[in-house]
Amino acid sequence: MTAPFAQSTEINLKVNGERVRRTVDARRHLIDFLRLDLGLTGSHAGCEQGVCGACTVRVDGVILRGCLTLAVQLDGADVWTIEGVTETGELADLQDEFVARNALQCGFCTPGMLLAAADLLETGETPDRAHIREHISGNYCRCTGYEAIVDAIEATAAKRCGVPVPALKEAAE
Amino acid sequence: MKPAPIGYVRATDLAHALDLLAAGDGDEKVLAGGQSLVASLNLRLIESPNLIDINFIDELAGITESGDMVRVGTLTRHCELMASEIIARHVPILAEAAPLIAHAAIRTRGTIGGSLANADPAAELPACVVALDATIVLASKADGERRIKAADFFLGLFDTTRRDDEILVAIEIAKIKPGERQSIRELVRRSGDYALAGLAIAGPAAAPRLVFFGVGDAPVVASSAMAILESGGSVDDAALALEDDLDPADDINGSAGYKKHISRVLLKRALSDFRQSDAA
Repeated sequence: MTAPFAQSTEINLKVNGERVRRTVDARRHLIDFLRLDLGLTGSHAGCEQGVCGACTVRVDGVILRGCLTLAVQLDGADVWTIEGVTETGELADLQDEFVARNALQCGFCTPGMLLAAADLLETGETPDRAHIREHISGNYCRCTGYEAIVDAIEATAAKRCGVPVPALKEAAE
Repeated sequence: MKPAPIGYVRATDLAHALDLLAAGDGDEKVLAGGQSLVASLNLRLIESPNLIDINFIDELAGITESGDMVRVGTLTRHCELMASEIIARHVPILAEAAPLIAHAAIRTRGTIGGSLANADPAAELPACVVALDATIVLASKADGERRIKAADFFLGLFDTTRRDDEILVAIEIAKIKPGERQSIRELVRRSGDYALAGLAIAGPAAAPRLVFFGVGDAPVVASSAMAILESGGSVDDAALALEDDLDPADDINGSAGYKKHISRVLLKRALSDFRQSDAA
C-alpha cells in the first residue's frame, strides 16, 4: 500500500467525556475499538453489517452504527456509550422502566436499544406506539417481542412530559 | 466479519481528494457515509482498498437554493434531507423518501451522494433523482466539473458512468413548480428494508415522470405508461402499459409477476391520490 494511505493512524477523541489518544488500524471499526482497545464492552458487535443495531452508539450528538464507522474517522469526535450515559444518569428513568417492565431478557440488544430510544425521547414529546416502533425498527430484539420495550419507552416519555402513563392497551388493538 | 487491512486518508479538501484519486491505481474508494461501503468491507466483498474519507470536506456539504434550482451537496445526510426547509418546500419527494431509507442510526450517516454513486437498484434516491430529471455533478482533476442527467448516470447493477478518477460532488434539481406533484411509494415487508418494488413520481400532475425501483438493474423509467398519461389515457391503461416497461427478475423476495402486480398497484394508488387531491 502506497503513501499517503496509512494502515494505522493516531486518533484523539473523547469517549464518555474522557480524552483518549490511541493509534488504530484503519480496518478497526468503532465497536472493536471501544470493546478491544478501551475495554468498554457495553456496546455489542452483532451482525457487523448494519442490520441489528446492537452497536448503536452516540457520536457528536447523534446515534449511529458503530460497526459501520471506522475508528480512524473519529479523530476529534465526541463518543458516548452505554457506560457513559449510565454514569451520567441521563437514562436512569428509561433504564428503570426497562427493568420494571422486563423489557429485556438476554440483554444483548439493550445498550443499543436504550441509546436509540433515548434519541427519540430527546425530542421531548410523547411519541405514539407506531412512532416508537418505527424509531427502534433498526434495533433487533430476539427475546422480548418488543411489546415491553415499547411500553417502557412510552411510559418514560409520558413521565418526562408529566402526562398519565398510557395503560397497556396494545393487546386490545 | 472484520475488514481486511485497508489504507486510509482523510481528505482535507476536494482538490486533495481528486489528487489522490488521480494519482491512484484504481484501488481507491471514496468513503462518504460508509453505510454500504463499510458493510461491504466487513463482509470482505471489497478487499483491501485505499479509502479516501471525504466526510470533512465542507464544500461537499449543505443544501442551497439559487433561482429556480436547488443544489444538494454530495455529503448531505438522509436526516438532513428530512430536516431541510429548502427540501421540504422545493423538492418534497426527497423529504418523503429519506425516512424510507434504513433506520434512524443509519440516516445520520448515509449520504445522498453515496447512495447515488453506489447505485443499488432497490434504493430510493436514485429513482427520485431520475424522476426529478436532476443533474449529477461530477468532478475530476483531469476535467474539472462534468454534468450528466440522472437518467444517463445509472448504467446497471451498482454501475454508473462515474469514472474511477471522479467524485460525485452535488445534485442539481429544479424546484417544484405550480401544478407539479412529487411522491414516492414503496412496498416493504419491514420498516427500513429495501423495497420489493417502489415508485418515484415527479412532474405535471396529469402526466408526471414515473420511475420504478427494485424491479430492474437500475431505476426504470416507465416510458410506455408515461406516454399513455401524456396522451390523456386513464390510470388503468397506464398501469396496463407497465407490462411493456417493467421486466423484473424472479428472486427470493418474489416472482416477476408479483413485482409487476405490486408496481401496478403502487402506480394506481399514487395517481389516484394525485387526482383526489386535485379535486379537493
